[in-house]
Amino acid sequence: MSKRLISILVLFSPVFAIVFALFYGAYELSPFQVLQALFNWINIGQTTTEVDIVVGIRLPRILLSGLVGLALSSSGVTLQGIFKNPLVDPFILGISAGAAFGCSLAVGFVEWLPVPLSSFGFGMLAVFLAYTLAKTQGEISRLPLVLSGIVISAFFTALVSIIKFLVDPHRLQAIVFWLMGSFALADWDGVLFLSTGLGLAIIPLFLMRWRLNPLSMGDEEALSLGIDVKRERFLFIALSSFAVCLCVAKAGIIGWTGLMVPHLARMLVGPDHRILMPVSMAGGASFMIICDTIARSLTSYDIPVGIVTAILGAPFFMYLMKRGGKEAWGN
Amino acid sequence: MGELRLEVKNLSFRHRGHGTEVLKDVCFFATSGQVTAVLGPNGSGKSTLFKCITGIWKPVKGEILLGGKDILSLSPKEKAKLFAVVPQSHDPAFPYTVLDLVLMGRCPYVNLFTSPSSKDYDAALKALSTLGILNLSQRAYTKISGGERQLALIARALAQESQVMILDEPTSHLDFKNQVVVLSTIRLIAQKLNKIVLITVHDPNSAAMVADQVLLLKEGCVVDFGPQDQVITTDNIENLYGIKLNIIQDENLKVIIPCFTKNGKELI
Repeated sequence: MSKRLISILVLFSPVFAIVFALFYGAYELSPFQVLQALFNWINIGQTTTEVDIVVGIRLPRILLSGLVGLALSSSGVTLQGIFKNPLVDPFILGISAGAAFGCSLAVGFVEWLPVPLSSFGFGMLAVFLAYTLAKTQGEISRLPLVLSGIVISAFFTALVSIIKFLVDPHRLQAIVFWLMGSFALADWDGVLFLSTGLGLAIIPLFLMRWRLNPLSMGDEEALSLGIDVKRERFLFIALSSFAVCLCVAKAGIIGWTGLMVPHLARMLVGPDHRILMPVSMAGGASFMIICDTIARSLTSYDIPVGIVTAILGAPFFMYLMKRGGKEAWGN
Repeated sequence: MGELRLEVKNLSFRHRGHGTEVLKDVCFFATSGQVTAVLGPNGSGKSTLFKCITGIWKPVKGEILLGGKDILSLSPKEKAKLFAVVPQSHDPAFPYTVLDLVLMGRCPYVNLFTSPSSKDYDAALKALSTLGILNLSQRAYTKISGGERQLALIARALAQESQVMILDEPTSHLDFKNQVVVLSTIRLIAQKLNKIVLITVHDPNSAAMVADQVLLLKEGCVVDFGPQDQVITTDNIENLYGIKLNIIQDENLKVIIPCFTKNGKELI
């Protein structure tokens, strides 16, 4: 298949994923009932149990998971380009550890603090600390940034461990559940909030995407090509971190997507960020919608979606690596 | 086309926190339509000089003037419109196509929130066809030969449409034939496109072949500067590298041969 055909297929895949996801769920509805509910909602504004389930519960959850998948993947693409390393994921600068601490603190000890706000705040704080720490070593460059990210992660992870050790078991359960990521609490307010917030970060990121090509050639080369490396790298890191922190605040820490989806997209359409970015966004949205559909309809429990992304992602990824061989890694 | 001059005056550089100067009072100039080669042993400051000119490092002292205007305070974008840098062929992290690579040369003309326009594509394709490598445009940069990579990087510099082209050891990883191909391409670019071309090479023979003017650098100081035939002399090159050598010369050929002995003792 040609690259163009593949890109078009992936770009439209979220539509199919949404339709597919609407038909599945813990409460069994026939495809006809689902369509009827949608029809009733659009035309008459009628409220029945079916409408409540399809439009009030399933649809916002599907849209929310799609948005989070989109944001995590585009952030993954961005950071992989900036760090010129395909093994980088959106949490490399310490967001996950910071946000985990924010959540544990709010759940465990500071009850008046809303969990989303606290995890967003500490996620951003972690990135800020990593960036500032890297700056103290003189000129900001890639290696100090990665090392600072590791240091900051280790620090916040230790704090999370202390809280887990001290907190009472019921709250510990809530913390653990949140850390695995879930869309169980999705509603329309959340969709509205997240789409507005993500819009602010993802739209400029999307428009700037071509500059990731020269930036991924290394600092000196990008500079000699006329890129204000310091300023633009800061912009890319700030925008993508903002998006990831919003996602974490809304849905917890969902691993794998931001690392794997950009990889798959690169294998399919090549490294040019102009195509890679939209394809990753669409692919990430579809992937997350499908994972969450599995998470909520496979058993009578709501499995944390982070577990599904890893269980589904890892073998598929291994298969593709074996098939694509060295080429997939860009050699 | 008028003549343009790049002048470097009293340029000094030292790394932050280090006492010794890597460049000391370097003065020279380069003219459009000519190739100016910088020769010197490893660690003589050739690369440092280029990094100062392109703005990657800030000199401690001195001026760099292009057409009489100081360029040290320009933004990276403005600078990239004046200077195009050709790095040594390298392995990028991602396998971009040659066309995508050449398009990167259009950075200074593409706004922060946009992608290259059809005009930028035209410039990139024109650069590829100027160098006769249009057939490579859809190949992955990582999958072509070293000589082709170097030509692709030169095409990117052409797409930048700058007046000055700076090449850092463009022949160092190339085989015998590709060295000749790249050097003659560089020569053509200076003459046909009337650009100022600055180049570093390891082999004085390459400098003798390609350069109109030669700058000799040793331990950060200028040893000699001037027209090629006056600067590349037995005395100068022996002094520069610290080895004995012979120069064989007729009207249009100059060959520099080190006095090589099998046991190596008489070299120095």
